[in-house]
Amino acid sequence: MNEKTPLIHISKRENADKRMIWCIRLAAFIVALLLSCLIFMAAGANPAEAYKTLITGALGKKSGIKQVVKTATPLLGAAIALAPCFKMKFWNIGAEGQITVGAMAAAFFAINFGKNWNSGLLLPVMGIAAMLMGAFWAGLPAIFKAKWKTNETLFTLMLNYIAIGIVGWLQGGPWEGKQGSQVIPNFAPAAVLPKVFGVHCGWIIVLLLVAFIFVYMNYTKHGYEISVLGESENTARYAGMNVTKITVRTACLSGAICGLVGFMVSSGANQTLYADVADGVGFTAITVAWLAQLNPFAMILISLLFGVLSKGASSMQTGLAIPSSVSSIIKGLLLFCLLGCEFFINYKLSLRHSEEKNSTTSKTEKAAAAQRADSDNNNAGKEV
Amino acid sequence: MSFNYIGLIKAAVLNGTPLLFGTSGEILTEKSGNLNLGVEGLMFMGGAFGLCGAFVYDNIAGDSAVGFIAVAIAFICAFLAGVLGSLIFSFLTVTLRANQNVTGLALTIFGTGVGQFVGELMRLKVGGNVSVSNSLKSAFSGAVFPKAMQKIPVLGEILFSYNFFVYIGVVIVVLMWWFMNHTRKGLYLRAVGESPSTADAAGINVTRCRYIATCLGGGISALGGMVHTMTIAGCVWNHNALAGEGWVAVALVIFCLWRPLNAIWGSILFGGLLILYLRLPLAFLPTQIYKIVPYIATAVVLVIVSMRRRREDQPPESLGLNYFREER
Amino acid sequence: MENTHAVEFRGISKYFGDVAANDDVDLYLDKGVIMSLLGENGSGKTTLMNMLAGIYFPDSGEILIDGKPVMIRSPKDAFENRIGMIHQHFMLVDVFTAAENIILGIDGAEKLDLKVIADKVREISEKYGFEIDPNKKIYDMSVSEKQTVEIIKVLYRGADILILDEPTAVLTPQETEKLFNVMRAMKADGKSIIIITHKLNEVMEISDVVAVLRKGKHIATVRTNETSEAELTEMMVGKKVELNIYRAEPVDIKPRLTVAGLTCKDGNGVARLDDVGFIAYGGEILGIAGIAGSGQKELLEAVAGLRRIDSGSIIYSPEGKHPEELVGKSPMEIKDAGVALAFVPEDRLGMGLVGGMGMTGNMMLRSWNKSKGFFIDKKAPRELAEQVYDFLEVATPDIEYPVRKLSGGNVQKVLVGREIATSPSVLMSAYAVRGLDINTSYVIYNLMADQKKKGTAVIFVGEDLDVLIDLCDRILVLCGGKVSGIVDARTTTKEEIGLLMTSVGGEENRR
Repeated sequence: MNEKTPLIHISKRENADKRMIWCIRLAAFIVALLLSCLIFMAAGANPAEAYKTLITGALGKKSGIKQVVKTATPLLGAAIALAPCFKMKFWNIGAEGQITVGAMAAAFFAINFGKNWNSGLLLPVMGIAAMLMGAFWAGLPAIFKAKWKTNETLFTLMLNYIAIGIVGWLQGGPWEGKQGSQVIPNFAPAAVLPKVFGVHCGWIIVLLLVAFIFVYMNYTKHGYEISVLGESENTARYAGMNVTKITVRTACLSGAICGLVGFMVSSGANQTLYADVADGVGFTAITVAWLAQLNPFAMILISLLFGVLSKGASSMQTGLAIPSSVSSIIKGLLLFCLLGCEFFINYKLSLRHSEEKNSTTSKTEKAAAAQRADSDNNNAGKEV
Repeated sequence: MSFNYIGLIKAAVLNGTPLLFGTSGEILTEKSGNLNLGVEGLMFMGGAFGLCGAFVYDNIAGDSAVGFIAVAIAFICAFLAGVLGSLIFSFLTVTLRANQNVTGLALTIFGTGVGQFVGELMRLKVGGNVSVSNSLKSAFSGAVFPKAMQKIPVLGEILFSYNFFVYIGVVIVVLMWWFMNHTRKGLYLRAVGESPSTADAAGINVTRCRYIATCLGGGISALGGMVHTMTIAGCVWNHNALAGEGWVAVALVIFCLWRPLNAIWGSILFGGLLILYLRLPLAFLPTQIYKIVPYIATAVVLVIVSMRRRREDQPPESLGLNYFREER
Repeated sequence: MENTHAVEFRGISKYFGDVAANDDVDLYLDKGVIMSLLGENGSGKTTLMNMLAGIYFPDSGEILIDGKPVMIRSPKDAFENRIGMIHQHFMLVDVFTAAENIILGIDGAEKLDLKVIADKVREISEKYGFEIDPNKKIYDMSVSEKQTVEIIKVLYRGADILILDEPTAVLTPQETEKLFNVMRAMKADGKSIIIITHKLNEVMEISDVVAVLRKGKHIATVRTNETSEAELTEMMVGKKVELNIYRAEPVDIKPRLTVAGLTCKDGNGVARLDDVGFIAYGGEILGIAGIAGSGQKELLEAVAGLRRIDSGSIIYSPEGKHPEELVGKSPMEIKDAGVALAFVPEDRLGMGLVGGMGMTGNMMLRSWNKSKGFFIDKKAPRELAEQVYDFLEVATPDIEYPVRKLSGGNVQKVLVGREIATSPSVLMSAYAVRGLDINTSYVIYNLMADQKKKGTAVIFVGEDLDVLIDLCDRILVLCGGKVSGIVDARTTTKEEIGLLMTSVGGEENRR
């Protein structure tokens, strides 16, 4: 055959082993970090120095570490919230809005009852209100999605802007502190989450949520329903599942957790409410959830990494005059590389003719026989 | 007090133009079957690089800067930025078969980051607000048609009073409509979006078609960001000026039922909604609430479009799905 | 002496992963000849032809057209070599007109002039005796019209070598005859035709030569008039086979499902099922025949509670219990009321199974709601998975291995195994053997027959009329959502069923 023959041959990879998968992902991660060097260079900084500033800025001092945990907490919470939705292939990108309305509901109680109730009553009420409000904000698009297949990506997104607009209005209107200040006064002490190891206790709640979602997704009927629905709506219906109910319930669960995150941010971190309370966490959480392949434990690592990135990026802005939005670029690059690397996990590229070919005896039969033999001593392996 | 309708229409058209670019670009992309949710990011990149191009030219050329060249440079920079962004998207989804939804979101995060990075970097380098000289500003936002035509009562204001980009936008959309419905390549493009396996079996190069449509579409969308920055925002980089613009453009694509010509009036309508709070203040409606009206309208539109499903109004059949010949 | 074969394959091999789809195939076809390419599902017929049509590229070997080696890397290259393929799953854009579909991918003036194209389409139609409206949208067409468009598409490109992949699978006997006439007209015009099929009677009727493939290898090419069906079967399967379906006389039959006046409308208000009525008896197999899309799927879904019913009743009479009405119940309620409906849907991976899960996860589809409480029981489904694995000899590396990656036959075994495991009193299946090889198909047929012996009411939607006639006791024929007749399978003929498939009460009634 002449040189015009197609050179590269793409075929599905069967049974890629775990070690290779992680090697490929690690390689993608490193590629992303290398590409980020180009960005640093574009900003006129030495990449080595930039990374050094990033690391020391985030982890060099105790205050830095606290800041990292503080940043990672809502991120992890929101990513956890998104996991069931994404598993169901319900593209909820409205975590931002759900966090905002959650914070708003919590603030309502903090502002109106902060002086009269004790924290033992007030904090739970704030949390529950935040969850209900978040659930409502996510349930709305889910109902329309289930009934009429309304595009949930755009619907949840529009609800983000609406939520932010409403809080903006409250901030400059009904809930404004000093006339004309455009600021809501700080919450009363009873409405503030207590600190544990120097950071508000939201991080403990979030870790509990990690465990909860892990069990929920893997060992409950709800989790099974979500997995089936995510694969095929027809199959779910065929198995007698109530698609509308599952869609709305899962979205509400997701919204409720986001709402709770909103409560933690406003009560624990900010101790007040403002329109920008979510501060992009809802969007970044999408990245975290996806990078972690929806695995709750991997999300802990990724959100800490992102916490380091954000804290480090602000150190870079002050120290090296690199705009802090560089952290968004790095996140984008990470996501690009890890999305792209899945291809190399699922497929293998080979040059034509490089495969060995047994010319005789049916390979089909041999393969099937080998497969059956294999399986006898290999029944324990489990898909996550 | 009589309300200034003509003023409102003019403002609606001006504010709708960035959306017109964003939406029509995305229509081209989606017609090929690629659902690029990264328009927001592309528009940020377009805005930042467009401004950056004009700004650098302004600094180099100084007093001898020519308006037309500045416009051309901004145009090209923004377009190339968009092409580059969509090239990443195409590579990941078409070649590496990544999920289109997530890749689009990644592009939004990346593009927004790049846009803000470039914007901030310029500000850090200059040590203040980035802006181009006044003479160049007028090249961007000044009217194209002669004064005499603008003076025709009513029509002159409504039709002939706009800047260069408004007309370019309309021309692009009309060309796109003609291309899709009356040319061979346009038919092939639609075939790829509807049924890539059919197109493939018929000898159409699906990969190439999707790459080209997505990159051109992304370039056009990015122009929208540049137009916004250079006309509405007055050639000044503002961190969040473009926020939400790209997403409204994506929603408008559904609103327009994937038809380029619908994008003209759709974008004017939404352009109007975006500035209605300035033009038609209502005493009972606080500004902050008034500002979210376009988003509420978008959500309502999404619901209405999804409720009435007609065969002719459906998205391209394979929208959002990657195609590859099954090689088991 | 110069080689004058229209097409010649020399040592063609093609691998998918480790599996050889084609193994060193040598094959040729002469001008003006109709060749049948015969082989079981999975024997590599379609793969071989896809290499001629430019969909796949061979791993080794070469293809010669008119004696010259050619490189076919894409469908476009195939057209340039005047090769055209009519795929089994039509390659048409639904929202386009016939003319728009026909010119897809052809170079020409950039500006489209659909009138000129329509004229040329009419010219081709007249030459070979097609009836087609170039401006009709594909979604308004019947299956046979769509096939006509596919054939014209290929002829429009000036193809001299035509490949038809299972063209008769979706046609009625009458339409098949029409197609064969067209093929004969094309042959008379000097075209070479390859028809991929596994129906022996058609092979004998239409082709001049028969090439047999088995497990990717070319076994032999014989002249049709020098061979017999029995000999061909032996070559195809590799051993002497007695492929008979054992059909017991139904004993002690009792009405199990009584359907009356069943009407279902789709979202556009079109009746997909129109006043359907029949009785399915326990201890018998009721076949359902009809052109694709005549309401078979809708009927099964309606009984299973998956489709909204506009009017009518479905009375279910379980053994030793009171009859009850199924209409208005959700799939869950139908199950909870003790009604065991096992449903093998048409679209195995799209509806019956979860591709990304293993066998255990898929067994759970039936049992996930049985356990009490919040948590899911994984133990019972795992045991069931192991049973099915042993009993039906599913070839999978692990019962947790995603079923999406299994071959069609194994996927079907998982599905049917699970449905039978619930020991249903009504077993419904649609196109249960689609894509399976002969042996697996007979495993499935015999499973159905076993269920019948146990007193189950089996409803079997099939597309192969020969099988329906051999397997079933009675056959219900659907046409445009209506019942056009119920015939006794022991006395009916294919022609009778074919007529019923296209007409209700003698009048044409087709979409």
